[in-house]
Amino acid sequence: MSHDEAHASITTVSIDDVRMQPKAKNPVRTERWIAFWLFIGILGVAGFGAAYWVDANPWVIGTSLGIGLSAIGYGLTAWGKYLMPQGPFVEERHQLGSSQEERDAMAAALVERGGSVFKRRKLLGGLLGGGLGIFGVVAIFPLLRSLGPLPGKTLEETNWKRGSKLVYQDGRQVHVGDVAIGGIATVFPKGFERTTEGQAVDQTVIIRIAEGDFVTQPGRETWGPKGYVAYSKLCTHLGCPVGLYEQQLQLLVCPCHQSMFDVKNGGLPQFGPAPRPLPQLALYVDSDGYLRAQGGYHEPVGPGYWERS
Amino acid sequence: MTDTATTRGTSKREKREQAGPYGAVGKVVGELDERLGIAKGRALLDKIFPDHWSFMLGEIALYSFVILLATGVFLTLYYVPSQEEVIYHGVYGPLRGMHVTQAYASTVDLSFSVRGGLLMRQMHHWACNIFIGAMVIHMARVFFTGAFRKPRELNWSIGVTLMTLAILNGFVGYSLPDDLVSGTGLRIGFSILLSVPLVGTYLSFFVFGGNFPGTAVIPRFFIIHVLLLPLVILGMIGAHMGLLAKQQHTQFPGKGRTEKNVVGTPMFPTFIAKATGFFFMTTGVTALLGALVAINPIWIYGPYDASKISYAVQPDWYMGWLDGAARIMPAWEFSSFGHTWPLNIFVPAVLFPGLIFGLCYAWPALERRRHGDNELHNLLDNPRDVPHRTAAGAAVLALLFTVFVASSTDVLANFFHLKLDTVLWAMRFLVIIIPVVVYPLTFKVCQELAELSDAGKRKRAMIVSRTAEGEYVAVEADVHPEDGEHEADALPVPTFIEGLSDDAAKTAAPSNGVRQVDR
Repeated sequence: MSHDEAHASITTVSIDDVRMQPKAKNPVRTERWIAFWLFIGILGVAGFGAAYWVDANPWVIGTSLGIGLSAIGYGLTAWGKYLMPQGPFVEERHQLGSSQEERDAMAAALVERGGSVFKRRKLLGGLLGGGLGIFGVVAIFPLLRSLGPLPGKTLEETNWKRGSKLVYQDGRQVHVGDVAIGGIATVFPKGFERTTEGQAVDQTVIIRIAEGDFVTQPGRETWGPKGYVAYSKLCTHLGCPVGLYEQQLQLLVCPCHQSMFDVKNGGLPQFGPAPRPLPQLALYVDSDGYLRAQGGYHEPVGPGYWERS
Repeated sequence: MTDTATTRGTSKREKREQAGPYGAVGKVVGELDERLGIAKGRALLDKIFPDHWSFMLGEIALYSFVILLATGVFLTLYYVPSQEEVIYHGVYGPLRGMHVTQAYASTVDLSFSVRGGLLMRQMHHWACNIFIGAMVIHMARVFFTGAFRKPRELNWSIGVTLMTLAILNGFVGYSLPDDLVSGTGLRIGFSILLSVPLVGTYLSFFVFGGNFPGTAVIPRFFIIHVLLLPLVILGMIGAHMGLLAKQQHTQFPGKGRTEKNVVGTPMFPTFIAKATGFFFMTTGVTALLGALVAINPIWIYGPYDASKISYAVQPDWYMGWLDGAARIMPAWEFSSFGHTWPLNIFVPAVLFPGLIFGLCYAWPALERRRHGDNELHNLLDNPRDVPHRTAAGAAVLALLFTVFVASSTDVLANFFHLKLDTVLWAMRFLVIIIPVVVYPLTFKVCQELAELSDAGKRKRAMIVSRTAEGEYVAVEADVHPEDGEHEADALPVPTFIEGLSDDAAKTAAPSNGVRQVDR
């Protein structure tokens, strides 16, 4: 059997040709093998129906479905591979491109017919183009503008104000005796502890360090009464909550990209991709022993953006 | 009675005769052809598909997409795309009484209270992973074999676009359950949009309908995930397949195969049977994974609360390369003239994927220009014969794999008991070193492989047989029917064996005409 014989077009081959015959050496045995798998497939999909009917465990429903479909699929593929015409057949590729004359005719139609219409009526063409162009541009504005409010100053503000009471997420106020030395808690300005805005923007972490055990930044000497320091919980890298506290090294760690901030030293980034310290919130203890904010944050919290100065 | 029976029999026979030799099928074909001209479509049945295992990778992607559509429709019947807060009262005990969004509650409910719901959700998630994974491998196959060359550059571009859209839709869909991990992913997505110079704040506020998290993102992402992107993906898959049919499939070189023909099996019935069977198998395997391997158990993560976070925050694998790039990027953020350049975010999360995908789009044109090659190519390259392309592809894959590994710096540090900053700095160096090493290494391997003419080819036997007269004849074995393209030439039978002295050969020369060889 030479190669010229082996490759023939399927359109010229009769149904009795050797190339139309199955590839399997022993078609009877192959057929039995395929029949076996198709039978397993029938059992599988029927089992799937039954399992679904009786509301069996999801894994039972899925396993019967998976076995059923896989077996049917295997049987069908094997049928195609071993018992259907394999050829090899050859098909001439049709030429994609056209003749030069046809290309010229196409270009001529575009240039001449189109040209006769548009070139002679340049004014109309210009006006039409202008109209559609302007519509395209102006249509973008209402479409975009309706998508959301302008950023304005929202990214610079939080709900922390002078005198804001520190509360836990359940609304309890933070008392100066609540947190042991080395302890940590997440707090919100009172009134915002259950709002998405409070959770997303105002979230603040307080840590109690042994008094005298931390270096405050110049000008922040009064910000940490009784060893309490408060930092924005938004990582300055990508805004994840800085949710892990390494008590030994006194580092706040962001689990997203492993930025670390030095709790004792003004929240300065020690490691990772965060570029700026965590903004610190100035605290004081009121006459009843509850913690309050001296004022809002002095800089925008969270990740960097173009308008941030 | 007899009469009627005879009449009926006659009319049946008459009918059969009227219908022609092909019976009912012939009649239907005739009726349809009169109206639609379908008989001209016979060429479609005769279409020849070249056979090679690597041509099924794209099929896996296609079938996974069908599974995604089917399971996805099921999920939309129960999922509620709303960020409105409700108190969970469902069957899952640990969550009862918690404040959760409707999106989260409905996802938990459809997992536990809807018959087959958990299976459908897990199959959907698995199918997504298989979809994108198959696309990656398919794309690598197309790249390394040069299938993207003229005339198929447009189809390559469509494929690259499909890849970006699939990754995007994967991320958007991942966000919909509004659980603790996906919500953190959304927060990161918001910050990445925010980092774009000049327009970042507008971009992020317009996508999220205000500052993060707002109340609009889940309903918006829902319609993007179930309508907008699937529609575009579906249309582009249609174009991808349409161009494939129009330009016909590439094939590996081999005997009888030329630039001008296609050698393989016919569409009907062989290819259809194998493809349909393969579709069932893909679905079957996805069902088994969905049934037996848990994926994204959101009830363990808990509902999203912007002030909480889970320790192991990792995105789906296809986002891992971006996450890794963000981890190892130095903390570069510059301020000038009242503006901030958050390069620590913008470079790894926007610029880096932009460059990678830009390179993918540009590659066919780059190669065409470099080689001044304007020919049509229907025969595939053996990767080793195009060492520069293969080395470049391997280097880019190595780079992507390294940044992917970098997305688990914390896991690596824990596992190997290393300090986190040791791992981080190692990854920062490796991400440069590995591609720089992989390129020349691959290049060298390709060159050496190319010199071994038979490498990778199936050996063809010499069949030695003895005739009745006792003469030995060596005949080349037949070409293997399927792998004709990879056959080595049969080597002649050696007439002497090295190491045997002439004397030995002489003494071995037997009297009975059979040469004996001592081993």
